[in-house]
Amino acid sequence: MDSLKKQEEAEVYPKEPKPGRKPKQQRKKGLSAKRREALTGYFFLSPAIILLGIFLLYPMGAAFYYSFTDFYILTPDDRSFIGLDNFMFVFQDPEFIQAFWNTVYFTVIVVPVQLSVALGLALLINRKLKFRVFFRTAFFSPVVMSLVVVSILWTFMYNPSEGLINEMLAMIGIPEQPFLTSPDQAMNSIIAMSVWQGAGFQMMIFLAGLQNIPNHLYEAADIDGASPWQKFVHVTLPGLRNVSLFIFITITIAAFKLLVQPMIMTQGGPLGTTKSLVYHIYEAGFAYRDVGYASAMAVVFTVIVLVITIVQRILVKEERG
Amino acid sequence: MRRKRIISRVFLYMTLVVLTFVFLFPLAWMIVSSFKGDLQIFSDMTSLQAFLPPLPGDVEGHYFQNYIEAFQRVDIMGYIINSLIYTIGIIIFGLLVNSMAGYALARFRFPLVGFWLGLIIATLIIPPESIFLPLYVLVYNLGWVNTFTGLIVPFIANAFAIFLFRQFFMDFPSELEEAAKIDGCSQLGIFFRIIVPLSKPVFATVAIVLFINHWNDFLWPLVVASDESIRTIQIGLQYFMNEEPVRWGQVMAALTVATIPMLLIFTFLQRYYVQGLTHTGSKN
Repeated sequence: MDSLKKQEEAEVYPKEPKPGRKPKQQRKKGLSAKRREALTGYFFLSPAIILLGIFLLYPMGAAFYYSFTDFYILTPDDRSFIGLDNFMFVFQDPEFIQAFWNTVYFTVIVVPVQLSVALGLALLINRKLKFRVFFRTAFFSPVVMSLVVVSILWTFMYNPSEGLINEMLAMIGIPEQPFLTSPDQAMNSIIAMSVWQGAGFQMMIFLAGLQNIPNHLYEAADIDGASPWQKFVHVTLPGLRNVSLFIFITITIAAFKLLVQPMIMTQGGPLGTTKSLVYHIYEAGFAYRDVGYASAMAVVFTVIVLVITIVQRILVKEERG
Repeated sequence: MRRKRIISRVFLYMTLVVLTFVFLFPLAWMIVSSFKGDLQIFSDMTSLQAFLPPLPGDVEGHYFQNYIEAFQRVDIMGYIINSLIYTIGIIIFGLLVNSMAGYALARFRFPLVGFWLGLIIATLIIPPESIFLPLYVLVYNLGWVNTFTGLIVPFIANAFAIFLFRQFFMDFPSELEEAAKIDGCSQLGIFFRIIVPLSKPVFATVAIVLFINHWNDFLWPLVVASDESIRTIQIGLQYFMNEEPVRWGQVMAALTVATIPMLLIFTFLQRYYVQGLTHTGSKN
């Protein structure tokens, strides 16, 4: 913020005409127009910059600062600097480590599965079909429901004794499954639901990407006598590369922020098998009110997300370069 | 050859129908069950009747019984109005602030313009989840807990929206603005009288993206709007889900009602939304 103020001051003060100089000539040379443009620019930009500064950058800095203190919400004035103690504890906290691996597991499964399902749906639909709009709308429809609505709905469907899914499985002779109540199945059940909810969204982006592939590439491949599979490998996949990378990066980050599903469906259970990183941070901060420790975990979480983003960017650049 | 084609077509349509079922059955079950009594929901579950609307004779009492009872038990309408105030508030202020910032970054030459653009894009990497706790402390100290101010103000400025606006204004031909400048129109006048009316598509796209994001918001309203009078629908649903006695039909009715605004948005404004998607997908 300070630099912004200085900037504005620097722009304002020299503008005052000083006695003995020739302000009129200066104006003719266009200096004043330049300044006016700068002032107008800052006038348009400053509301957004100020708001981002107060409500995004300041909390970022505050999180970093709190993470070195023993800040406890109920005693805000009595906080002292405790160095790296919070960070030492993060890596010894069994719940944090479990939450970390749960989140990694969720991400590592969801990302490739959702990406393939979305691509598969887009390829199925991207042709002359009867009822094409109907199919597309059907695959997209789960996106229209909020994550909270979907999580509540599937909690009822996954209900072991009277849920819809077990009743449907019974029709085809599969025995009753425990789903969310079992440590082995809970996370996988959440993964299945998440893919079901999200795939339609990426399908739409893939469809847009498919339509951007020039038709003459396919015609050329036809002339060369390429098989459908060859066309897919040599025309479709390369044509979708940018879109796929974009989707890959956004799904990975989104998956790493897993929170709503376990919070509503399992409260992190059974036996902590569905507790995610963000959920653990939320509990430490808002349920146990341990701001210092929660902030330390938030800093670690931010670093992890940054590392994922940077590694992905580098990989993408290498592939392009 | 022709027979082979017919077989592959049949196979294709069968796959599509199965997939349609997989993607639609939860939604169908939710809506249909919202019109049934709890006993009928359970007895229908063993057959395809689970996905069919109840016959008039089977309904105990009124067809909309679940809706009426759910609305009486909790203030669903109030929660939806709160959600609308929250999202529309963010949209109105967000469109103004972010479009102005995007315009400044696209059109004006001033010192540090590159620095601000870089900073704004860099903030996109910060996961919002990681700053909610200090943000809460800040909002608490400002006395904004359980107020719409506390819900809305922190999310008005949006780096992604600024970026979208900037991209749009960069491609916007500057001849019109120059003509207006010669006619003596002020910069503010140019922006609000010429640029904004000609930029409806990008305003629509940003508005829809903001609506979808914030209508579905969970964590921030959960911590900041704990008071029932300001509770948003997503949080209200979570409470209702666990409120004893749990009535399945009523929960399904509440879920259905909560989905209607999003359904309307997608039905009528899908064009702009898909445009926005395509735009982000190809530009990145």
